Amino acid sequence: MAGQSLTKDIQDTNNVTDREEMIVARDVHKWYASNEFHVLRGVSLTVTKGEVVVVMGPSGSGKSTFIRTFNALEEYQKGQISVDGIELSHDLKNIDAIRKEVGMVFQQFNLFPHLTVLQNVTLAPIWVRRRKKAEAEAIAMQLLEKVGILEQAKKFPGQLSGGQQQRVAIARALAMQPKIMLFDEPTSALDPEMVKEVLDTMRSLAREGMTMVCVTHEVGFAENVADRVVLMADGLLVEEAKPDAFFNNPQHDRTKQFLSQIL
Amino acid sequence: MTTITPQNPNPNLSPPAEIQISPINWVMKNLLTPWYNALITFIIVGIFCYAGYGFCVWAFTEAQWTVIPANLHLFGAGRYPSEEYWRLWVLLSIIVIFSGISWGIVARNVTHLFSRNVLIGLAIAALISFILPIPLLYKLAIIGLLILLSLAAWGGQKIGAKMPGLGQYIAINWFLVYLIGLWLIGGGLGLEEVTTSKWGGLMLTVLMATISIALCFPIGVIFALGRQSNLPVVKLFSVLYIEIIRGIPLIAILFMGQVMIPLFLPEGMRPDRVLRAIIGLTLFSSAYLAENIRGGLQAIPRGQTEAAKALGLNPPLTVSFIVMPQAIKAVIPAIVGQFISLFQDTTLLSIVGVEEFLGISRSVLANPNFLGRSSEVLLFNALGFWVFCYAMSTGSKYIEKRLNVEH
Ligand SMILES: Nc1ncnc2c1ncn2[C@@H]1O[C@H](COP(=O)(O)OP(=O)(O)O)[C@@H](O)[C@H]1O
Ligand SMILES: [Mg+2]
Repeated sequence: MAGQSLTKDIQDTNNVTDREEMIVARDVHKWYASNEFHVLRGVSLTVTKGEVVVVMGPSGSGKSTFIRTFNALEEYQKGQISVDGIELSHDLKNIDAIRKEVGMVFQQFNLFPHLTVLQNVTLAPIWVRRRKKAEAEAIAMQLLEKVGILEQAKKFPGQLSGGQQQRVAIARALAMQPKIMLFDEPTSALDPEMVKEVLDTMRSLAREGMTMVCVTHEVGFAENVADRVVLMADGLLVEEAKPDAFFNNPQHDRTKQFLSQIL
Repeated sequence: MTTITPQNPNPNLSPPAEIQISPINWVMKNLLTPWYNALITFIIVGIFCYAGYGFCVWAFTEAQWTVIPANLHLFGAGRYPSEEYWRLWVLLSIIVIFSGISWGIVARNVTHLFSRNVLIGLAIAALISFILPIPLLYKLAIIGLLILLSLAAWGGQKIGAKMPGLGQYIAINWFLVYLIGLWLIGGGLGLEEVTTSKWGGLMLTVLMATISIALCFPIGVIFALGRQSNLPVVKLFSVLYIEIIRGIPLIAILFMGQVMIPLFLPEGMRPDRVLRAIIGLTLFSSAYLAENIRGGLQAIPRGQTEAAKALGLNPPLTVSFIVMPQAIKAVIPAIVGQFISLFQDTTLLSIVGVEEFLGISRSVLANPNFLGRSSEVLLFNALGFWVFCYAMSTGSKYIEKRLNVEH
């Protein structure tokens, strides 16, 4: 299969075959039931432990749909996905196991507006990981300190700026101590002056060795932080390269066209 | 401090200081200019004065208020045996003390518990109790209860400030008060038994309304969720229930409960008539409540459930911690509106012969001694209902403000 050989090429060029595979997606197809739209048309991607992969591509190309299959927010009809060695089937047990290991940060933050910042961060550890409340709060406070919003712990999301809300959302996902973090355009809904604080948080997370898949159009972030950049267009991964090669020496016309639009 | 009780998210922001204008200026500006505004003002004020004058003339010269004090026990408790009244007074005191304590605990962070509005409210309540045509002893009793309420609230605030975790236990304590109340009213377990046929008046109205409200709420939540369910059978059943109940007038449901159930079931197996009334009211209200809550559920953005899923919360946890609290918060005004109409709908039971507040008034008016006193009695009824409904709507506004629905 084309997708599989592409993955193999990348592994060879990166010489990472010895590293643990955290996400393996093989020839994933998805049709939206409502309109028979073939949104993912055979996508393959392997992400190894500690790797940061940036996904770029025009709007509507299926980036969100693709990364949302990793934590089963989207179903798919054909192909295989395994996350941290767990095969993603339609079995609910697996879904629960996978969601515990995968944190996700959304474009619109999706904080729970009726809960305080601290409650947002401790809810899942207490009820899903079954942590003691005091323990969960201690971890939450550490994370909030790490993302720089410790003083806001008792406030409600509506009282925070967009950048602060997104950092709370990152802390909330980290509180579950995931092995993988997915970011779906985490800075697209932010005012320009707040983009940096969120990217800085993501960068320090990457430096700590978190496995990350980020849909973002922040070229600076991709150049400095990503191990690999992939371009998605019309439901296919058309280019996969190290950031330097991706931005300076793109192989595919589709990539060149896309880069000419965003650079 | 770390519980999931909603707190006022914005305690530090006070509203901007109002610009002071003199009352005369305000009247000139808002009521008297331009000329047609002045005309409308005069016409409306004229109508009010005319009607008010007519009412006062009637109330102080023609009306014969003796009908109220003469039947006060009937209005309050129906045909409840007079030697057991003390039980109702004990219950009333317990309720008042608990209301005060709950209020104090909920408002533990408020600096001035007895704000100007609260003081005015208490003063008006005391004033009304003095205007009411009731014996002096009762006036003093009402004022005593008001004082008890204030003391309990003051104490509750002190306790609440010391032990902030107490807020969680208010609901369960009210449930206990409820059980104690039913025991005090109905007897048994060492107290003289009083059958429901002797319950009546305002006591019965409040009892039926509060039990129905407490029951219809969870049932409404369940049907609202059922209607959104992916399971076809659950969904169909919920839709059928909601649509059938909403298609039947309440009075028909109550008639079925009071008149038809006895035809089907043999003597001894029939549920008690007060119970039948409560079941009818509950079934009816829960269908409307389910629709209100469904409206709230639809207002929750999809991102909320997605975020919950991504965190690994399963559907029951997502519904109880994320979806339902926000849905209910969004429709509090509609829910309280439903509760208020439920309270007033209890009056329909007077038609099927249950002697609640309005029903007992019909019995009083049927007494030849009080022939033609319907204006006085109905006015008294209206006042009674208004006090409770106004209290509910004030409570709803208070809760809304605390939960800060608008943000
Ligand atoms: N629920 C849905 N039903 C039908 N089509 C959808 C649905 N969600 C997304 N799509 C379509 O799928 C395509 C990919 O969407 P998405 O993954 O959000 O793209 P991206 O994140 O790259 O902008 C878009 O063309 C969008 O219109
Ligand atoms: Mg997207």
